[in-house]
Amino acid sequence: MKILLKNREWLLAGIIILLIIGFSLRSPGFERPANLVNIFNDTSILIILALGQMTVILTKSIDLSVAANLAFTGMAVAMTNATFPGVPLPLLVAMAVGIGALLGSINGILVWWLGLPSIVVTLGTLTIYRGMAFVLSGGAWVNAHQMSPTFLNVPRTSILGMPVLSWVAILVIIAAWIILKRTAFGRSAYASGGNPSAAIYAGIDVGHTRFLAFVLSGALAGLASYLWVSRYAVAYVDIAQGFELDSVAANVIGGISIAGGIGSVLGAVLGAIFLGVIKNALPVIGISPFAQMAISGIVIVLAVVFNARAEARKGRIILRDRAATEQSKEAAA
Amino acid sequence: MRAETQTINMTEASSPTPVLEMRGISQIFPGVKALDGVDIALYPGKVTALIGENGAGKSTLVKILTGIYRPNEGEILLDGKAVTFHGAQDAIDAGVTAIHQETVLFDELSVGENIFLGHAPKGRFGLIDWKTINERARILLEQLESTIDPTIRLKDLSIAQRHLVAIARALSVEARIVIMDEPTAALSRKEIDDLFRIVENLKRQGKAILFISHKFDEVYEIAENYAVFRDGRMVGAGKLTATPQDEIVRLMVGRDVKDAFPKQAVNIGGTVLSVEDYCHETEFRGISFDLRQGEILGLYGLIGAGRSEFCQSLFGMTRPASGTLKLNGKAVTIRSPEDAIRAGIAYVPEERGRHGLALEMPIYQNMSLPSLSHTSRKGFLKAANEFALARTYATRLDLRAAALSVPVGTLSGGNQQKVVIGKWLATKPRVIILDEPTKGIDIGSKAAVHGFISELAAEGLSIIMISSELPEILGMSDRAIVMREGLVAGRFERAEFSPEKLVRAATGNA
Repeated sequence: MKILLKNREWLLAGIIILLIIGFSLRSPGFERPANLVNIFNDTSILIILALGQMTVILTKSIDLSVAANLAFTGMAVAMTNATFPGVPLPLLVAMAVGIGALLGSINGILVWWLGLPSIVVTLGTLTIYRGMAFVLSGGAWVNAHQMSPTFLNVPRTSILGMPVLSWVAILVIIAAWIILKRTAFGRSAYASGGNPSAAIYAGIDVGHTRFLAFVLSGALAGLASYLWVSRYAVAYVDIAQGFELDSVAANVIGGISIAGGIGSVLGAVLGAIFLGVIKNALPVIGISPFAQMAISGIVIVLAVVFNARAEARKGRIILRDRAATEQSKEAAA
Repeated sequence: MRAETQTINMTEASSPTPVLEMRGISQIFPGVKALDGVDIALYPGKVTALIGENGAGKSTLVKILTGIYRPNEGEILLDGKAVTFHGAQDAIDAGVTAIHQETVLFDELSVGENIFLGHAPKGRFGLIDWKTINERARILLEQLESTIDPTIRLKDLSIAQRHLVAIARALSVEARIVIMDEPTAALSRKEIDDLFRIVENLKRQGKAILFISHKFDEVYEIAENYAVFRDGRMVGAGKLTATPQDEIVRLMVGRDVKDAFPKQAVNIGGTVLSVEDYCHETEFRGISFDLRQGEILGLYGLIGAGRSEFCQSLFGMTRPASGTLKLNGKAVTIRSPEDAIRAGIAYVPEERGRHGLALEMPIYQNMSLPSLSHTSRKGFLKAANEFALARTYATRLDLRAAALSVPVGTLSGGNQQKVVIGKWLATKPRVIILDEPTKGIDIGSKAAVHGFISELAAEGLSIIMISSELPEILGMSDRAIVMREGLVAGRFERAEFSPEKLVRAATGNA
């Protein structure tokens, strides 16, 4: 199983490389390092959201409110910056993470205390958070000229050839890996999704674990909100509309099981990059903007079909000799 | 209506030949002979009670009759002619229908839809003919002396009414043979009376009924004939009027098994756990006992007697309404499984797949799951500690696996069971609750598990063993508590164990 998962991730990485090669044949220069850094930078926000989403999905839940959370928190941060240009940036970022975490904890509490299905809860809060963004802004936009230069420039500052935005994504990837692989919380998240009943017997508070996952997802959405507003230099009610689906798609493509309990950080990151490459390449190779959405949709469905087939292959291995070879293969790995 | 039933009654009464007969039926599964040369006959207008312990082969017989299994040996005669059921549909076509323990119906559909789901009468253009459905449903329900409106949704009915719908569904396919698999398990006394009136009605219509039940009072009330199964064989059959209850109990338990179990002599120490007057609002009441060091306490009863529910509340999964719990003389309050594990109570749940293991996770992670607070430091996992813990218990339990990092799902059933037990031993419990420890594992593994339970007791662990298998209780326990309908129905020391006493207490046959 483990080797299969690893295989799947390497396979996805291979497909991404093939895509890049293919696209650069159509459009020379696509493969240049500068362009690839650009694509990664473009995908950074999706990666951050996808990792929060992944933690939630691992616990057999889903967070559809991430994009709305991003819109509200982004609006709050942008308005604060516009009204009080003197507030230092670290404080603004902390505020973004804090507000995001708070909104996430509302999802978490509804799921934990009331035992409501997360899809229902977050469908509701999705509308509420975006509605709150409307109330907060009164429908007005915050434009680039209202934002302070620090607010706009820090994520674009280049360090060792990569913008700070990309470095933030890399730090989040490392943090997510440590949290999910190396902490008791991460293990509880896998167990709560893999077999909730067994987790309860093992003394894991499944509800509390889910709550924490939602808080984490909310905090990352908050962080992403500042990055988004700064990158696009604008805040309005409809930013990141539909982006929650991209965060789910990145996970599904990356082999994170929607049923919970299975998946790796590397998978989610590769899933996000895969989406990033497709979205960046389609305009470059001259696909009509009208067809782009449909084509990315088809690609997502293909990835899901591929994953479903990969998952169907696991199951019980009843034949003794097969089980033995599978085991020795894994032992060798 | 009435006149019609009368005539059927007249004709059936004069035909003493069985409508269905099974001869020499054997069903072999890998490693197990579930049925061994069984004969049984069902007569029109008569109820035959099928009696036997859990695992005696009753369910297998039902599955053969309903076409789900094909027997390895033997023949089924319908009206004296040999038939073969290739699938469930063949059995239905032959007029065999079964009402299961947990009736499979759909809450959100109407009564009529539930009755005709899958064989709905079609009208013009192949569309479903609602008028006919509701009309025929009404007639079926009237035959059962019920006035339930076929258009209301199932979820608005009482449990007894749902049963009626299930029966109507069974009859909607022109059934001649009706199998009722523990139909009274979830019913109140009044609902049982209603059900029995329906059964009487079915008898008058000439249906042959196979009635499976553990409860002797019911069997004597409703059935004419009986057949007792034990270990896959039919050990006795005949007319109930000529057979006293004691005889049936003797047939059912039939053997002395104490010596076949690897029980070690253990010096039983002082009281470890004492439970006083544990009560739950709906599941159990007034449970008290002391559990001593090195003791195996058997908890026997029929399925649904409240044993698991009681033990789950000991383990903090549910909160009792009242009662106190003392561990080593100190009162403790257990609010969650985490508290229980910390206090030294472990619960090895029934159904290893559903409650015991995360099959995708590696062996070592499954083993360390309840012990994470010991193997991790400040919330960070220490893989080396987890592997050390897993290795210790894997060696001790003789776990066969290529590596401790392979997913548990790749192991055989017996080895999976070892992982479950290992992960609980790793919490270093003082009290371990085993819920049906040998259910669904083969005979060889059973003996190994029994040997291991004995060793644990010898090492000073106190054990509460829930089991529905009488020989296991008799063979392994130092003491047994029998529960029935949420109450303690009997307490027995090992010296006074007898199968008859325990079965009587469990079935309420005083």
